[in-house]
Amino acid sequence: MFDSPRRQRIAQSPRMNIAPVWRWTRPVAVAIAFALGALLMSPDARAQGAGASWTTPAGTLQGTRFSTLTDITSANVSRLVEDFSFSTGMRGSHEGQPLVVGTILYIVTPFPNKLIALDLANGGKELWTYSPAVSPYARGVACCDVVNRGAAYANGQIVFALLDDSVVAVNALTGKQTWRTSLGDPHTGMTMSGAPIIVGDKVIVGNSGGELGIRGWVAGLSLTNGGLVWRAYSTGPDVDVLLGPSFHPFYAKDRGVDLGVTTWPTGNLWAEGGGTVWAWLTYDPELNLVFYGTSNPGVWDPDARPGDNKWGASVFARNPDTGEAVWAYQLTPHDNWDFDAISENIAVDLPFNGVTRKLLVQFDKNGYAYTFDRATGEVLVAKPFETVNWSTSINLTTGLPALDPSKQSHEGVFTNNICPTPLGGKDYEPAAFSPATKLFYVPAINLCYNFQALKAIFIRSTPFTGADLSFVPGPGGNLGELVAWDAVKGVKTWSIKEPLPLYGGVLATAGNVVFYGTLDKQFKAIDATTGAVLFQTQLECGIGSNPISFTGADGKQRIAVYSGIGWLPGGFAGGACPTEGWGGAAVAGASTSGVLHVFKLP
Amino acid sequence: MLTQKKVGLRLTLAAAALATGVMVAAAEPPASILSVCADPDNMPFSNEKGEGFEDKIAALIAADLHADLQMTWRSSRRGFLRRTVQSGACDLVMGVPAGFPSVASTQPYYRSAYVVVSAKSAHLNISSYDDPALRQLKIGLPALGAEGANTPPAAALAKRGVVGNIVGFPVFGDAAGQDPQAKIIDAVATGEIDAAIVWGPIGGYYARAYKNALVVAPAPVDAVHPEIAFSYDISLGLEKSQTALRAELDEILIRRSGEINAILNEFGVPIVGARAAEK
Repeated sequence: MFDSPRRQRIAQSPRMNIAPVWRWTRPVAVAIAFALGALLMSPDARAQGAGASWTTPAGTLQGTRFSTLTDITSANVSRLVEDFSFSTGMRGSHEGQPLVVGTILYIVTPFPNKLIALDLANGGKELWTYSPAVSPYARGVACCDVVNRGAAYANGQIVFALLDDSVVAVNALTGKQTWRTSLGDPHTGMTMSGAPIIVGDKVIVGNSGGELGIRGWVAGLSLTNGGLVWRAYSTGPDVDVLLGPSFHPFYAKDRGVDLGVTTWPTGNLWAEGGGTVWAWLTYDPELNLVFYGTSNPGVWDPDARPGDNKWGASVFARNPDTGEAVWAYQLTPHDNWDFDAISENIAVDLPFNGVTRKLLVQFDKNGYAYTFDRATGEVLVAKPFETVNWSTSINLTTGLPALDPSKQSHEGVFTNNICPTPLGGKDYEPAAFSPATKLFYVPAINLCYNFQALKAIFIRSTPFTGADLSFVPGPGGNLGELVAWDAVKGVKTWSIKEPLPLYGGVLATAGNVVFYGTLDKQFKAIDATTGAVLFQTQLECGIGSNPISFTGADGKQRIAVYSGIGWLPGGFAGGACPTEGWGGAAVAGASTSGVLHVFKLP
Repeated sequence: MLTQKKVGLRLTLAAAALATGVMVAAAEPPASILSVCADPDNMPFSNEKGEGFEDKIAALIAADLHADLQMTWRSSRRGFLRRTVQSGACDLVMGVPAGFPSVASTQPYYRSAYVVVSAKSAHLNISSYDDPALRQLKIGLPALGAEGANTPPAAALAKRGVVGNIVGFPVFGDAAGQDPQAKIIDAVATGEIDAAIVWGPIGGYYARAYKNALVVAPAPVDAVHPEIAFSYDISLGLEKSQTALRAELDEILIRRSGEINAILNEFGVPIVGARAAEK
């Protein structure tokens, strides 16, 4: 009866919108512990690292992904054991990271973006699940897996973006929604997958969908009621980009009136110009500046959009209260290669030529690691952290890359061996910084590509022509690399070659340990000074998420990470995991969804 | 909603049969399902109400197979094939260019071309992308995005530096909007643009509403870049291993070509050249 998959499909039932369900079985003790321990807590903006809780996507608003906890050290990490695990019930890439506030751990799942609260005082038992109604249309729209990059916590609320362009705030104790704000329409191709940050009384978020002819932006919402306070577009006239009297770009190339219009062909191409903000935001409390990068400019082939295409592939520094920009720097003018500048901008203070300077470090898809003065936007160091040949160097006086004309891509023209690829020298997966070693730990991708003859593709039932990109391993043959980077000198201190591209982020701890996961299912701990592998365990699926650290209800340090990868990173690792198959009995013991794994010392 | 109930019932019965070991009597042919993935908002090809010509052709094929047609709606954006036939989410997708490498494609069931849609009163006669008139006209093109993918006419224009007078029309709509692909043709009718260069079925279908006011003409080919195709054979796409089903579908497409042509004609799809299925 089940001989032919065509004739007797075990069909997946259509996705239903599920009304929010709250379970009220939460033990009172948990509520009390939570309230005493954490309810009034907000991210400590001045902390060097995260402590007992992990309340903002990167652990700190500065984006360091550094934990100050020291139970787990390079001397004992080899003894790590699993504390508990929890299946999220969702397939697809689990790209973000959990939050921990007091004794509750929060998971935001991929679409349909459920928020699951686990009780750390009770073995990770589920307290409640908040299930928002998310437009199922958004699921079909999202370009690159239906991912979510996590939530932020402040003032008793968990805030995160839904794929359908909504932002929600949920009471951290009860799981009850306090507000929901719609910022766009998924029918236009816009979605939201990035992680918000909370700065004071503002939630700062950006949009996704730059491949689809939409216009990128970042918005500031009221933490209290979700109301839109400001929105800064990435393209268009200065009034839309919020470039006013306080805007002072460091480089002449970034100065001028309405560059978001004039660096595009005449007409309205800028209005579909991309520049979305789909991953991370960071914040420096001393300068009161929010930092983020924009995606590649769209739409169409680069030949159809002559000009620098501002402000695609750029970094912005903005005032979180008003959205006004203080500086901007375009990393890749007239992006030819899909070099989104969406990597996190990590704010650190380091001695630089004998003086401690306020730096901002970004490991860009274009293969360069940029060390900025974060007050001015001046590029102090720009050196390749992976193989780069589209450009030979970055001129620190002009801020411009020196281009290799033979590595520009033009439709219909063969161009071989361009490095890096549209996946970048590093993609969305965030790096970590240890103030102890003063090193950045960068999850990198070592690939080059050939831009080949036209091939027909079809989208919207219409044959289009696109370049055929064939990826080839970069020098050395390893597709991935964990790079320990000195951002002052602009040099690789050491690295670990990985067989597959790294698609998950990194955690550094004060125990001098660095944690990361790989697409080939390995979760690793290495010595932060030497890179020696100290601990390694195989999970059931590949890892494309970011480890975090916190203390359990027993006051002891924990490490947590998600497994689960969708079709995009799965392309490197034998497909999505768990597989997106059809029906049939599950293999005994096999995971049917992404899994949260929590580790501890025995 | 009706569809959901129906599928739910089928699942329940199948599960019950499995659980109890009940076998369907051999004499009674098992109910079969033809599962088709399509875009829920992409007229004239498909929509959630089943009004598109691809929907009608899918229904015709399912009837020929004595199967129930089950539509699975997926927006046809990046990763469409990976999210549909390649993942096993459905048996086939409609409207794939013949020979498309990542799927098994059937016999073509039509061949269409890019077309120029303009007002009849403008008397445009564009026979080459080097025509200087193209630099003066406001030209509408579908603005797609996906990593530098262009329509062939957009590529031909971009190579000649005809970019400043291009108006992009998003191919995806908004929740409240009309059929998204209609807007570019409406803009020709209102005079907002002088010409739209679009894939044939879109131009043919939406220009019909304006009767004789609009002219639909084949878009020129690019003499300088003969590698760029401006017309395509269109097939059904299946997962690569589904060769038996493909053979069955090939037969149906030939056997039903008269009815398929009637559907295409009903929707104003411009047909060009000889169709491989008729050779």
